[in-house]
Amino acid sequence: MRSPRPVRSAGAFEYGMWLFTRISGLVLMIFGAMSMGMAFSLGGRRYLDMPSFLRWTFFPNPNHVVNSDIPDVSLGWSNAFWQIYSMVMIFLAAVHAVNGLRMVLEDYLQNSLLIAMLRFLLLVILVGALIVAIYVILAS
Amino acid sequence: MALSRRVSLGAALRYKGKEGMLNWLLHRISGLGILLFAGTHVVVSFFGQQFGSDVAFAINTVYESWPFQIFVYFCVLFHALNGSRLAVMDLFPALIRFERELVWLQWILFFPAYGLPVYFMVQNTLAGV
Repeated sequence: MRSPRPVRSAGAFEYGMWLFTRISGLVLMIFGAMSMGMAFSLGGRRYLDMPSFLRWTFFPNPNHVVNSDIPDVSLGWSNAFWQIYSMVMIFLAAVHAVNGLRMVLEDYLQNSLLIAMLRFLLLVILVGALIVAIYVILAS
Repeated sequence: MALSRRVSLGAALRYKGKEGMLNWLLHRISGLGILLFAGTHVVVSFFGQQFGSDVAFAINTVYESWPFQIFVYFCVLFHALNGSRLAVMDLFPALIRFERELVWLQWILFFPAYGLPVYFMVQNTLAGV
């Protein structure tokens, strides 16, 4: 029997991300339900197939649909409310995902230099993804 | 400092973690599955739209195929249900006493919500819709 491994206390950053993961998960489900409701009210039940419906549920944006019989897809979504809504949704989802990937990676890595480099790489990916998302939302 | 894991597969499967361990493992796999799908979807859409790349369209047909969609739907639904159970248990710690019952409730909610769309997906595929 080996002696128990010493565990460092997690610190404010880990506690903050722990809390963020829980809250963002719950908020994302509420946001998904709301954009699903908006897709319904834009005529989703009659004019959309299931994949297009889910595209709008997870990313409510007029360009994020192929195959729709709705006459003008940009009519409902192209206003400040839904643009800010999409940005908040993408921010929560991207940070939730990148933080989850960071936790999985750090569970299997021991080299602290490698961990620091991966954290930097993930931060670059996160910021890049957010810039692309904001460009896509504002350009549509 | 990370914990080193030199555990054989057989020992890992014999570990009596019960439903908590199974859900932890599935939560991790489903999270990575969603990340895989969403990441490739964003990259492929970019290259498909900007350059009309053939590789992008080839990958597109892979993740739009029904077996991949069944996998993605499992990941999203399981991650959402298990994540909400975890969040509720962490924010209201009095509920941790009822973890087993909550896990059973989670699977009771999961099976009809997962099984019905999968049934229709397979039926449509077999009927050639």
